[in-house]
Amino acid sequence: MLAMTTPAAAPPPPGPGGPAIETHELVKRFGRTVALAGLSMRVERGEVFGFLGPNGAGKTTAVKLFLGLTPSTAGEGRLLGAPLGDREARRRVGYLPELFRYQPWLRAREVLGLHCALAGIPRPDRPEEIRTALDHVGLADRADDLVGTFSKGMQQRLGLGAALLGRPELVLLDEPTSALDPLGRADVRRIIREARERGTTVFLNSHLLSEVELVCDRVAVIDAGRVVAAGTLGELLGEDSVRIRVTGLDGEARAALAGFGPLTDDGDWLAIRPIGADRIPELVAAIVAAGGRVHAVEPGRASLEERFLGLMSQARPR
Amino acid sequence: MITILRLTLLEALRWRTLWALVALTLAIVVLSGLGFEYLVSQARAHHTKELQLQVGVSQMLIFCAFMFSFILAATAAFIGAPAIAGDVESGVLLAMLARPLGRGRFVVGRWLGLAIVVSTYGAVAGLLEIAAMRLASGYGPPDPLGAVGGLVGQAVVVLGVTLLLSSRLPAIASGAVAIVLFGLAWGVGVLGGVGTALGVDSLGAAGSVARLVFPSDGLWRAAIFSLEPPVVIAAIAGNRSLRVLEANPFFAATGPSSLYLAWCLAWAIGILGLTIVSFRRRDL
Repeated sequence: MLAMTTPAAAPPPPGPGGPAIETHELVKRFGRTVALAGLSMRVERGEVFGFLGPNGAGKTTAVKLFLGLTPSTAGEGRLLGAPLGDREARRRVGYLPELFRYQPWLRAREVLGLHCALAGIPRPDRPEEIRTALDHVGLADRADDLVGTFSKGMQQRLGLGAALLGRPELVLLDEPTSALDPLGRADVRRIIREARERGTTVFLNSHLLSEVELVCDRVAVIDAGRVVAAGTLGELLGEDSVRIRVTGLDGEARAALAGFGPLTDDGDWLAIRPIGADRIPELVAAIVAAGGRVHAVEPGRASLEERFLGLMSQARPR
Repeated sequence: MITILRLTLLEALRWRTLWALVALTLAIVVLSGLGFEYLVSQARAHHTKELQLQVGVSQMLIFCAFMFSFILAATAAFIGAPAIAGDVESGVLLAMLARPLGRGRFVVGRWLGLAIVVSTYGAVAGLLEIAAMRLASGYGPPDPLGAVGGLVGQAVVVLGVTLLLSSRLPAIASGAVAIVLFGLAWGVGVLGGVGTALGVDSLGAAGSVARLVFPSDGLWRAAIFSLEPPVVIAAIAGNRSLRVLEANPFFAATGPSSLYLAWCLAWAIGILGLTIVSFRRRDL
């Protein structure tokens, strides 16, 4: 079985102007309910940052605090170098809320026009911004339709387009694919990668761990309002390994493969752990060059889902 | 703020319910004009004195204004209730307030836009009704602009309170509570008038307090005063024996003082300020 996943690119070095988001012991209480119990985290500029956690962990509350939609009870934080909720900083931020709804009596083009005006995009630039956003999210042919006639998925696409208006420095996407079909999800991944290439920081709040794994440079997992793990995917998921089913290889040739890493020989199956994912093609080539026949290659690494479930079971022992 | 004001006006223009209300209002103006024309022609055929006719027509006009004041207040509550609460409940506001848009500007933009809608509707409908009445009977109230101003002011009072409630309560509750407060203010005003007529000072004072706390009834009295024939006002002026007329909810012996109108303006601005403070403190 060949099941190679493309590893996410290495995270960029910290950009100029400090981190995109930085919080220190951020607390939010709603009456007796503690939504955030001391959130400390840092998102560097230019990276795609995944924010994971179970329902009720405080993910959406955290995003609302970043944007000043809800004031914090205690703690502090900065967004694009300014205090949380700062109006000027919000000019450089795009946001797709989890609860995405737009005026049903407006046309898609008008919704984007409204957000251009609210974001302070100069009037002469707005038509081009709107056209680009509509093209980007695949709604160019529905530009003049009322939003009230849109499906949930189309409204979410529209919200994504609105979030990307004016090429913001930071985009906060709260469950951006919750209403989308597989094609739509692929589009969102493409849009996120394009934003990253333009140097935009993307903060992705998602339940879909496989998507986070595909596009994110770094990840933080929160539970009960606190970060329980954070780091690059490599740091979080541990070492890569590979299992190869091979025949026609003598003992000497098998022993020579130990140069790639600690080798476990189990008959037809050879396992090497750890090994860099980028060295696996080289390993296969070496086996073939030594006269071996490769029947299967299984790169191995704990999936984000396995790691996530592991973290949750540690945090909530039964 | 201008963006929100324009958005609010556009929303109103695309609201089918509002256009239906406008069509119904126009129909009522035409039908009531025809009805007045018939009644006045019948009265003249029976040789009714011109003074009696004036008093009768003015009372009918005041009665029409009374019904219209409820329609206008209900319209203000109906369009004001979802203006903040509806946008919060639906989630529309999340994406908007994440932009560099202050909540105060949002509230003022909403208030201004809806006040323009309610005022335009109230002024046009009110003046059309007065014009229809004048065309049908030949009687024109002494101060039509003052009358319309009183009715519109009353609706703006209801709108302001509805928005204040809408900054905290669900939309339906905001509209319902605002209408109840409007009805209570009118009811206490009527009781105050009865108290004054009967010489029960405490009851009279309650009416006066109600007109300060919730000035819709005071503005309604201002509208009545502007619709009454000058000859009636002149006959009553200084005649304490006619104090009993105060018990009539469709009668006002005096017009509003400049001080009271200034209070109404300050009250409306104060309620708007409270709405801003209330909404700023709300978790979204």
